Amino acid sequence: MTNASEPYVLNIGPQHPSTHGVFRIRVVMDGERILDLDMIVGYLHRSMEKLAEERTYTQNIPFTDRADYLAAMSSNLGLCLAAERLADVEVPERASYLRVIFAELQRIASHAMANGTLVSDAGAWQTPLLYMFREREKILDLFEMTCGARLTTNYMRIGGVAFEPPPEFWPALQELVDELPDRISEYEELLTQNEIFIARTRGVGVITPEDAINGSLVGPALRGSGVPWDLRKAEPYCVYDRMEFDIPIGTTGDVYDRFMVRLAETRESVKILRQSIAGIPDGPHKTDIPLALRPEPGEVYGRVEGPRGEIGFYLVSDGGPAPYRFHIRAPSLINLSLLREMAQGVALSDAVVALGSMDIVVGEIDR
Amino acid sequence: MPAGPTQLEGGRVAEALNNAMPGIVTTSNDEWVEVDSMRLGEALHWLHDSSEFDAAQLSNLCGVDYHDHFAMVYYLQSLDRNHQIVVKARVADHEAPALPSAYPVYKGALLQEREVFDLMGINFEGHPDMRRIFLWDGFPGHPLRKDFLGIGEGLTSGLRRFPFENKENPDRLLNRDNIIPDPSQEVPDGWTGAAPA
Repeated sequence: MTNASEPYVLNIGPQHPSTHGVFRIRVVMDGERILDLDMIVGYLHRSMEKLAEERTYTQNIPFTDRADYLAAMSSNLGLCLAAERLADVEVPERASYLRVIFAELQRIASHAMANGTLVSDAGAWQTPLLYMFREREKILDLFEMTCGARLTTNYMRIGGVAFEPPPEFWPALQELVDELPDRISEYEELLTQNEIFIARTRGVGVITPEDAINGSLVGPALRGSGVPWDLRKAEPYCVYDRMEFDIPIGTTGDVYDRFMVRLAETRESVKILRQSIAGIPDGPHKTDIPLALRPEPGEVYGRVEGPRGEIGFYLVSDGGPAPYRFHIRAPSLINLSLLREMAQGVALSDAVVALGSMDIVVGEIDR
Repeated sequence: MPAGPTQLEGGRVAEALNNAMPGIVTTSNDEWVEVDSMRLGEALHWLHDSSEFDAAQLSNLCGVDYHDHFAMVYYLQSLDRNHQIVVKARVADHEAPALPSAYPVYKGALLQEREVFDLMGINFEGHPDMRRIFLWDGFPGHPLRKDFLGIGEGLTSGLRRFPFENKENPDRLLNRDNIIPDPSQEVPDGWTGAAPA
């Protein structure tokens, strides 16, 4: 009898807490080490791109909520910006500010979820997650008082936003913005110097900048590898060109860096929120558009920097009221391009943390 | 008209491509450059390595079905120079469409090409793992094709007219003044809105 082990196949998911949704991985293992990995997705496929070809541009906005359900506002915004450029619709200034406010609130909420579940994956079961949910809850309350929904907001419209926030929104937002920096410091004290957390995340899931760029990684996954690329700076939309903020980047491209980038981005979002609250002008919150918008034949690729990176919408119009082609560039899916390479040769427990640090939303992977 | 703010003019890219590899460009305009589909790999490779265009990242790729042919659209991104290049390839064979894979140049094409293969049925030659991604093996057809579950008689899926649109005046605004009153929805006299006792 020898100590040699035989490779075996382990199935993780689709129902598994560490895959963050209905996401399945088949791994070939040799003891604790992963030899090969195959991801199996599609359990949430709802054929959005096909359905969208039979609905008007405005009717397609709710689909974007249901693609990335943790960042509905950002996806809404992406579609609206693309459709506005295609149909040449002007947006009032107040609407642009409201969009920035809601997109940044969404980023804070999404990053709280991402970091909370990542820390859960790393072994700090639930406690930090519930701390982060405390702030996320307040943000979702703000969404609810404005548009009636917490996750599937359907708030942005082509030409502006659907509703003016109610009067009680502004004091609640101010209160949140005032307390957020202290809360973020609390997380930093709890986690960033924690020995176990550092042991689980430092040097794990390393992605070099060259690989990150070549593998089409975007968002915190790209910035964690030290590439200062953010569409809010590179191709400013709405009123981001008037905002002062920094792009936090990592140094080594490991899980810890991606975690820290998200945490630091939350601080930057608070800065943007403060400036937006100070600068928001009075005026209409949307422009009237035709009930059935019929853009000139043409095509457009509109994109925004969502919490997971570049959310792109490729729309082709043939002059009809519905898009001829409607494609969502889903950052969650494309950020997994390097998953197989990342997982080969590492321990299963590290691969789970590396997957958690990519912050996937399965609704957006499958669409 | 709706070119992105950092998008490079297609003509400029076409000229450079044609100088380097004569005959590779089939057509170009302000927004994009269309290359010979069989030489797509060369074009992407050249744009990736070129210091002028520095197309370091493949940010988005997708296919469009135009009934008699497919168009593949590649959005390339330069992170250092902050510009976007749009490369198209026309796939003339609608029955068995095939195209060189972008994977040898861009690893980010791995899952995106599998998606196009699954939903649009375009085969990418040189892709290391050409399988369906969302739908299961044996699923009949490719749903994003315009003739998928076709209803025949030259009709295809899509929306020609929005059901609530006023045909005489399709541009009417969604304003309260423009809403056409519906007699059946009128409030009866003496109605206060209170629930009946």
